Amino acid sequence: MSDAALRRTPLYEQHADLGAKLVPFAGWEMPVTYEGIREEHSAVRRHAGMFDVSHMGQVEVEGSGALAFLQRVLSNDVAKIAVGGAQYSCLCNEEGGVIDDLFAYRLGGDRYLVVTNAANHDADLEWLGRQSREFDAIVRDVADRYAMLAVQGPHARTVLEATLGIELPPRFHVSHPQIGRRPALACGTGYTGEDGVELLLDPEVAVPIWCELLEAGIVPCGLGARDTLRLEVCYPLHGNELSAERNPIEAGLGWCCKEETGFIGSEVVARARAEGTAEKLVAFEIEGQGIPREGNPVMQGDEQVGAVTSGTYAPSLELGAGMAYVRSDLAEVGTEVEIDVRGKRRPARIASKPLYAKRS
Amino acid sequence: MATGSSEGTYPDDLRYHEEHDWARIEGDRATLGITWYAQDSLGEVVFFDPPEVGTAIQKDSSYAEVESVKAVSDVIAPLSGEIVEVNDALQDSPEKVNEDPYGEGWLVKVRLTSPEEAETLLGVEEYRKLLDN
Repeated sequence: MSDAALRRTPLYEQHADLGAKLVPFAGWEMPVTYEGIREEHSAVRRHAGMFDVSHMGQVEVEGSGALAFLQRVLSNDVAKIAVGGAQYSCLCNEEGGVIDDLFAYRLGGDRYLVVTNAANHDADLEWLGRQSREFDAIVRDVADRYAMLAVQGPHARTVLEATLGIELPPRFHVSHPQIGRRPALACGTGYTGEDGVELLLDPEVAVPIWCELLEAGIVPCGLGARDTLRLEVCYPLHGNELSAERNPIEAGLGWCCKEETGFIGSEVVARARAEGTAEKLVAFEIEGQGIPREGNPVMQGDEQVGAVTSGTYAPSLELGAGMAYVRSDLAEVGTEVEIDVRGKRRPARIASKPLYAKRS
Repeated sequence: MATGSSEGTYPDDLRYHEEHDWARIEGDRATLGITWYAQDSLGEVVFFDPPEVGTAIQKDSSYAEVESVKAVSDVIAPLSGEIVEVNDALQDSPEKVNEDPYGEGWLVKVRLTSPEEAETLLGVEEYRKLLDN
């Protein structure tokens, strides 16, 4: 895709003014870092950081059949979401492959919002539109209605509440505050392993709110830190750990699949759960030097037993770490393997998830 | 000594390679490293994987890797030679490559096997011109 075709969020000028390194991501021109990934990473672990995630998509589902429809397409038990609640799910195809992973928020009795990954938004919309035909539910693309700001870190809530003068919802809940004198949504969710919220704002007020939060000491963070933060807590990324060729069971997402609801793909998921899968998604740490990268082979002796899906230098762990699909008999925590990092064998150990856990 | 600043610094006593490496040549020995531009493009260096002492390196070929949190970059030899020393301090403090790319952030020292190759390297003015384009 040429640069000319890249989309920009309402905060693009703010990123450029702050000297961010801007890169193409899922068709958008997004900040990867401002002052350095490590600094931004540790700001979120220790204080509060904010990420412009306006590239993410939003889809509204409304109607008397909204619940029945979502129950059919989402892997989790959507009936469990109370008004004002939030729930993580996979969107599976007939073969049980993961089209996308997403949060669903219940905004009202018959009204839900799902937040999609930018790269999958169009495919999700198409799939949801097609599947909704037999239901009394309207699927609406509302991505243009929102700028999205993830504010994350141990101090995120207190700083936000003081600065914006609003009360934030608890974890896995959604509320409807006025932000910048416009209706907004505050979601108690995130992708960093820290407490915090995701704000869905009227794009018109995104710039003043960003500036206000910057003024209040919240550190602007780019996609680079977003990736290292989520990797340390082993949140999967669609396109890396998740794909239409992998089912949720092998990805370790069995906990958000409730086959008894009869969702699309549930038969395959049930079988995978009962019979086991050839490979499993594991977390690993390099022992000693070396930084694993996506695509690196996982080796045991002369045999390739898996492949790295995401690898990085993990700033909070201060070592190379990542996630990989490996043969299921080698997925146990403590198993010794080697990662082939561009021709160099780096000893590694299968580690328990999450790799990083808060020490309080 | 040059240190990292927002505009970038390029000492005039060094020779430069178009792949953003520098060489400080002293007789048949040279100290090698990456330029301010290279470290700035890469971001915070978190790992330097050096060659072993005694390794023969070839001008214009990769002899080592430097890694930032998100990226790996090959380091290209500006000159041919044999590695006589590697900067071991970078194992514990790889960030020196960012903080002081021409001083404490040096990468290796080599004994030159084809000292005449130095004539093909760029002077500071030529290198700056390359960066401006």
